[in-house]
Amino acid sequence: MGADRGIHVEVSGKDYESLGPLQVSKIMAALAKKEEAQLIILGKQAIDDDCNQTGQMTAALLDWPQGTFASEVSLDGDNVKVVREIDGGLETIRINTPAVLTADLRLNTPRYATLPNIMKAKKKKIANVKPADLGVDLTSRLEVLRVDEPPQRQAGMKVETVEDLVAKLKDAGKV
Amino acid sequence: MAVLGPLSRISRLGCNLCRNHRLVFYRNSQKRGISSCIDPSYGLTDEQKEFQKVAFDFAANEMAPHMAEWDQKEIFPVETMRKAAQLGFGGIYVRPEVGGSGLSRLDTSIIFEALSTGCVSTTAYISIHNMCAWMIDTFGNDEQRKRFCPDLCSMEKFASYCLTEPGSGSDAASLLTSAQRKGDHYILNGSKAFISGGGDTDVYVVMCRTGSKGPKGISCLVVEKGTPGLSFGKKEKKVGWNSQPTRAVIFEDCAVPVTCRLGNEGQGFNIAMKGLNGGRINIASCSLGAAHASVLLARDHLLVRKQFGETLANNQFLQFKLAEMATKLVASRLLVREAATALQENRADAVSLCSMAKLFVTDECFN
Repeated sequence: MGADRGIHVEVSGKDYESLGPLQVSKIMAALAKKEEAQLIILGKQAIDDDCNQTGQMTAALLDWPQGTFASEVSLDGDNVKVVREIDGGLETIRINTPAVLTADLRLNTPRYATLPNIMKAKKKKIANVKPADLGVDLTSRLEVLRVDEPPQRQAGMKVETVEDLVAKLKDAGKV
Repeated sequence: MAVLGPLSRISRLGCNLCRNHRLVFYRNSQKRGISSCIDPSYGLTDEQKEFQKVAFDFAANEMAPHMAEWDQKEIFPVETMRKAAQLGFGGIYVRPEVGGSGLSRLDTSIIFEALSTGCVSTTAYISIHNMCAWMIDTFGNDEQRKRFCPDLCSMEKFASYCLTEPGSGSDAASLLTSAQRKGDHYILNGSKAFISGGGDTDVYVVMCRTGSKGPKGISCLVVEKGTPGLSFGKKEKKVGWNSQPTRAVIFEDCAVPVTCRLGNEGQGFNIAMKGLNGGRINIASCSLGAAHASVLLARDHLLVRKQFGETLANNQFLQFKLAEMATKLVASRLLVREAATALQENRADAVSLCSMAKLFVTDECFN
């Protein structure tokens, strides 16, 4: 549990506000090339925007194969065998590395962190990088027009008989 | 608004405990629904909170589900303790170069407090094991440290602390187990009583008499199981704490090499007492964990149980009681943590604080 080192890509101001999957995947792709990564493992879907796009976009930008919604991953030489959780059940695919994977809930149970590792965590390096250093253009291709709250729930009406109910529904054009 | 000062404060505190739980529950919080005012992670550094989290998770996942079974069947949970050791819980305040985690007394107290929410009895044994490993690490020479500590830190081997005898409990310095020097061995004769882990553990840290009467005649020897002349009494039947066996440890012309002596002749009592300072903090921490778990269980019950048409949580007397329990828990926790800090810094009041902590906390938490 934990990592050997970290990379913090600093995004602030207007860029941060308009940051979406496309921008994040551009950054990931640039980092992958810089670090000569063989495997990128991302989450499948964020709980704020529910997009489920970053992994797929990263793979497309790099032209790498993707194994998304992975619930089981095993490395086999130059290949990765991925069991994917899909609507119809489980799909097992074999893809070449380098590849992009996105993790689903049942992929694993996190291990306990050990005390010595927790102490070493403080000393691990986190490199600071700016998107410009990676040559990434963060302009958004989307413009948010408006954001509305869901409509307030209206009070209902109680009726005495079934006939009344049907009449009211007919009046409202629902039946 | 405020009518009767202290009373209304107590009632509000009790209400807060119940209300906070409801708020936390509705928010579907990731935390274990711990009421905010007795949260044991207040005042801790980020690192300490991480240690505490690991210990809490381990206690909830690996210990709590089996606690009742261990107690009923009197099982000494070797596998689970070894898993704990893999996380670094086998030698928490032992130095890293011999396999320990090198943490402070306060870190240790926090960890034991969290672990004992899973099983107090097992955590208490783990704390004794840690105490023995520390004694060897601190007072042993390099050869002894390298010989014993790595296995103890990984819990490949388990340890017991042997001071009490049938004739000397409070008056520990009057112990009678003798160790006669013969060539390059000590010959031990005597017996120790109520030794936690006795019979199931592998390494015994034994205080015995090499010199004349009184504390200055006592030395500390490390005796390994399997040494001829070392035997054990029957397993004592206890009303609780059944996940650690308790037996008498008997020495009959038991020959122990002089190279197993920790420190100098006559230093044994000092070593024993220094070990116990930490031991007191650890035991007090175990009580804290138990009390914390109990307060949470009590609160849960109050929210669920209905009598006279309402949940018990609406009963003012019970609100007072819960508030008092919470207050005593927090007061106990502060005393233990202060004692741990004092011991770590080698302050003059360390010993008395440790003793006060042990006394106050175990009494209050028992209540």
